[in-house]
Amino acid sequence: MTPEPELDLSPRVSDEIRKTTCYMCACRCGINVHLRTGPDGRKIVSYIEGNRDHPKNQGVLCAKGSAGIMQHYSPARLKKPLKRSGPRGTGEFEEISWEEAMTLATDWLAPVRHSDPRKLAFFTGRDQSQSFTSWWAQAFGTPNYAAHGGFCSVNMAAAGIYTMGGAFWEFGAPDWDRAKMFMIFGVAEDHDSNPIKIGLSKLKKRGAKIVAVNPVRTGYNAVADEWVGITPGTDGLFVIALIHELLRMGKVDVAYLRRYTNAPWLVIDDPGAADHGLFARGEDGHPLIIDRRTGWVASSEDVDARPDLQGEAILPGGRKARPVFALIAEKYLDSGHGPEAAAERCGVPAGAIRRLAGDLARTAFEEEIVIEQPWTDWRGKRHEKMIGRPVAFHAMRGISAHSNGFQTCRAIHLLQMLLGSVETPGGFRFKPPYPKPAEGHPRPHAECRPDTPLAGPHLGYPMGPDDLLLDEAGSPRRIDKAFSWEAPLAVHGLMHMVISNAVARDPYGIDVLFLYMANMAWNSSMNTAGVMEMLTRTDENGDYVIPKIIYSDAYSSEMVAFADLVLPDTTYLERHDCISLLDRPVSEPDCAADAIRWPVVEPDRDVRGFQSALLDLGARLGLPGFVEEDGSPRYKDYADYMVRHERRPGIGPLAGWRGEGNGRGRGAPNPEQLQRYINNGGFFSTEIPEEAQFFKPWNADYQNWAVSMGFYDKPTPYLFQLYVEPLRRFQLAAEGHGDRQPPDAMRERIAQAFEPLPTWYPPHEGERIDPSAFPLHALTQRPAAMYHSWGSQNAWLRQIHGENPLYVPEALAREAGLEDGDWAWVTSHHGRIRVPIRITAASNNKTLWTWNAIGKRKGAWALDRDAPETQRGFLLNHLIHELLPPKADGMRWSNSDPVTGQAAWFDLRVRIEKAGPDEESLSPDTGGQQSPVGTGPSVVAFGKAWKQ
Amino acid sequence: MTTLPETTNRKLGLVIDLDVCVGCHACAVACKEWNTGAYGAPLSDQDAYGAEPSGTWLNRVHSYEVKPQDGPAQIVHFPRSCLHCEDAPCVTVCPTGASYKRAEDGIVLVNEDRCMGCGLCAWACPYGAREMDMDAGVMKKCTLCVDRIYNAQIPAEDRVPSCVRTCPANARHFGDLADPESDVSRMVAERGGYDLMPAQGTRPVNKYLPPRPKTPCETGPGGAGEASVATPPGSLLGWLDRALAVIDGE
Repeated sequence: MTPEPELDLSPRVSDEIRKTTCYMCACRCGINVHLRTGPDGRKIVSYIEGNRDHPKNQGVLCAKGSAGIMQHYSPARLKKPLKRSGPRGTGEFEEISWEEAMTLATDWLAPVRHSDPRKLAFFTGRDQSQSFTSWWAQAFGTPNYAAHGGFCSVNMAAAGIYTMGGAFWEFGAPDWDRAKMFMIFGVAEDHDSNPIKIGLSKLKKRGAKIVAVNPVRTGYNAVADEWVGITPGTDGLFVIALIHELLRMGKVDVAYLRRYTNAPWLVIDDPGAADHGLFARGEDGHPLIIDRRTGWVASSEDVDARPDLQGEAILPGGRKARPVFALIAEKYLDSGHGPEAAAERCGVPAGAIRRLAGDLARTAFEEEIVIEQPWTDWRGKRHEKMIGRPVAFHAMRGISAHSNGFQTCRAIHLLQMLLGSVETPGGFRFKPPYPKPAEGHPRPHAECRPDTPLAGPHLGYPMGPDDLLLDEAGSPRRIDKAFSWEAPLAVHGLMHMVISNAVARDPYGIDVLFLYMANMAWNSSMNTAGVMEMLTRTDENGDYVIPKIIYSDAYSSEMVAFADLVLPDTTYLERHDCISLLDRPVSEPDCAADAIRWPVVEPDRDVRGFQSALLDLGARLGLPGFVEEDGSPRYKDYADYMVRHERRPGIGPLAGWRGEGNGRGRGAPNPEQLQRYINNGGFFSTEIPEEAQFFKPWNADYQNWAVSMGFYDKPTPYLFQLYVEPLRRFQLAAEGHGDRQPPDAMRERIAQAFEPLPTWYPPHEGERIDPSAFPLHALTQRPAAMYHSWGSQNAWLRQIHGENPLYVPEALAREAGLEDGDWAWVTSHHGRIRVPIRITAASNNKTLWTWNAIGKRKGAWALDRDAPETQRGFLLNHLIHELLPPKADGMRWSNSDPVTGQAAWFDLRVRIEKAGPDEESLSPDTGGQQSPVGTGPSVVAFGKAWKQ
Repeated sequence: MTTLPETTNRKLGLVIDLDVCVGCHACAVACKEWNTGAYGAPLSDQDAYGAEPSGTWLNRVHSYEVKPQDGPAQIVHFPRSCLHCEDAPCVTVCPTGASYKRAEDGIVLVNEDRCMGCGLCAWACPYGAREMDMDAGVMKKCTLCVDRIYNAQIPAEDRVPSCVRTCPANARHFGDLADPESDVSRMVAERGGYDLMPAQGTRPVNKYLPPRPKTPCETGPGGAGEASVATPPGSLLGWLDRALAVIDGE
């Protein structure tokens, strides 16, 4: 036998580790970046692993995170500012200096601010610095600002916050350590992926039952104990049937509902009156209840009262009112809401719905969790124990991306609250700075004047029609029509409507479109080919209808080719960022946490972090807050802003090590702050005291702790809103009450969509088409190993997902005569695409699906023009129009949820036919663009550099 | 011909839990990332940004649709890498002695200095677990991160293969399968861990834990539902009244 070679078993791993925050998706995990010194003396990123101390990922890291090296060294990185030299869309540019670029941007923007600030539309895509970018836009004075939430998951945020003051993912999480049954609805696997996978493994280890509700059985759905292959857009029906069953069995947590929700509040029952359906209130404005001790009406603030949940009250003046819970029982016990009524439409047998309701009830009420931890509620009452109902829920995109998503998400929250499983052990828990009720948020602002900042933040939570952003003529003030009758609760704006509205000059035209990190010429828009045309459309003089487009991106995306001026951003390892408690922090239910990015390596290109460029632009424009009194820039760069900016006295972008270094949440700016973050691994985390970790909205210790952290300035306890009164105010307007009236054509849909108790209605697109012509559903799933369009430039990830077939259920394939590898035409009311197919047996039998955003335009992302992403990778987006099919009166409404304006991507209805023998290529052809950065090298052998 | 050690003191290997693997590819990419910069030649990629991208990977995840007798098709995610077999045909077939199995811990390695890139070992491996690196011209395979697991320069808790350290679903476990008391051996005993393709006679060290049985939603037992407190209509109110009376101590 040959002697074994001697191995070096303890090789040096790297020369240095620097800890920062990942940006390979929106999850914001902690990473250890290993650096080596290359032959030329420059630092090379040699290895990236998860940071074990980080609250988000606890050491693990997903495929995207580990492939970060290939993103950092991507050949698609932009190198210098670019000025368009050819027609839009061609990718013909000349390189210019930063000074020229910033001068040009200033010359375009200053006259807009001076004349009509709303002629700037500034939308920031997958921005993780929204508290900063929104502050810039507010100082500029344009009403037209938002990030990407409107086409992502605003339904979840809005439904969650209006209902319970927190929401799935960003603002809450399942109690992975205690839940015994877990239901997960329609969750994209590229977001929040490490926490969910860590959580699923904890559930599995404890033998908790996992039920996955999704038309497609990939990823999380594949490992679930039970898969409910629901028909898209019917989740609300399914959940309401579960609610029906729980009520029928009497399996609801009466004590919880009475104490922590508005279940006892009295709702005025006076049909036709202007306040019918609003809460009956006492003279002090507080809602009224029925006191069981007397049978009479009392204030909901009366601590001694024993609120009833049923019956009927006679109000002073003789009118009637009923408790919210009585309305709930009446509504959902109706047989029209039972399992039999839902089964066929949902594609889920009635028996299965009953069985799942039974499982939920048994787990919640027979496997109750008790933590021996005393706590004190906001009324000063001490409780000896924390009692929990160990059923937890999570839901995201599959619920959100429908025109009934807001109400469906509300239905899930109602189910959670009936089970008493929100903010209790084993259930769903909020992550600081949440909980925070809708009233605790600002109202939206849009009134703008030349050279003047907006009076308040752009985005907020309307409490009724009075808070809509309409001008004197009743026309929308915002370019995306957010907070108009078309999308009254558009709390994240409608980025997906900006380009089409601006081109239609409806409600008005704009001068400058300024985008950051949003591939609106490609996968982030509905009707992609149409949007590409809009971006290049000219008026009668031959000028572009959108006159100027500024875009900032780190990479040569499709959108870059459509910009007039490109500001090249850095990679995530070359920049400062703050993952702020003012914005979207990295907190978990037991801790408040925020984090930074910092340049672990310096850029080797002439690029700047976008936020630093925006500070410079703000100073050049002389925006208030961006300049000192003498006009000099107030902040050197974004790092300086992160440390010195104060939103309120003592409250800044970063919560850790404030003041002398021991301030948490509150304290004066500390010049050492960033170094303290770096020393701590790039993040700050502080535990919530044990007595404050549950029942947060009602827990006096939590409320006091939240005040000490600066989340709010005084304790803000509140009750969950099973019945959401602001919704009813919009309904009343639709019924003709009040000064602010919707257009007549919209009354019906507002009355339907603004039900104050969760409701289900069929997705809009399906109601406007001939179902026999478009009998199928089509949607996308997010692969765990790819994030939006970014992954295709990644030499490693594109070997995993370089193309995306359309997956066709077996029976449908048989019917259409399709075999694996065939090409097929897929047709919607709007368009037609030709795509490669593959057959599956693991999906809902009426649903076609594919992976999201794999397809690329020729010439983008530094890929060869014949890359599989351009040959066998396609976008479903071409089939989805931003407007619904016309109604009989010719009116076309936005293809969005009528409550929030959320893009209804998954309402899509299609048919499929086999393509002809000579039709084995993609259609439509979206042309190509020149690459301002060339194409990547043929061979990559990463690691060679330090092995030689 | 290269000989195998008669026995190895330890049998280091992986136990992969197919019940919780969500097919996310985290292990595959972390493996490529570590190993491109560690043991031997980098794991290169050809046509990296072109029409036919391919590269060397030591671990790949495959997803299969499996149709049980009753119930809808399931998807099983199956990570595949070298199983560090006790009777490793890739070693015995090697004409130069480059492929070998370490006597100390059973890890199967390629001594790249002796590898002439003939590819016989890849042909002999029934699992397709070896890949020729097209840039370096040498055979690459899972090293079980031999340069991590004993590495005194990294924290003790990190001395596990890169794929194990990174797996977000905790589906991958590393240990000594010769020791019946080790965590991995216990897991195999408790969960019915099995050998991949035992008929091949390779006696793999790595084990797979099978997915637990699922409840078929469509054909599963229908719930009769518990007795109703709400029929006839209106009786919910009586139930509610009693529930509130209990809470109020009436």
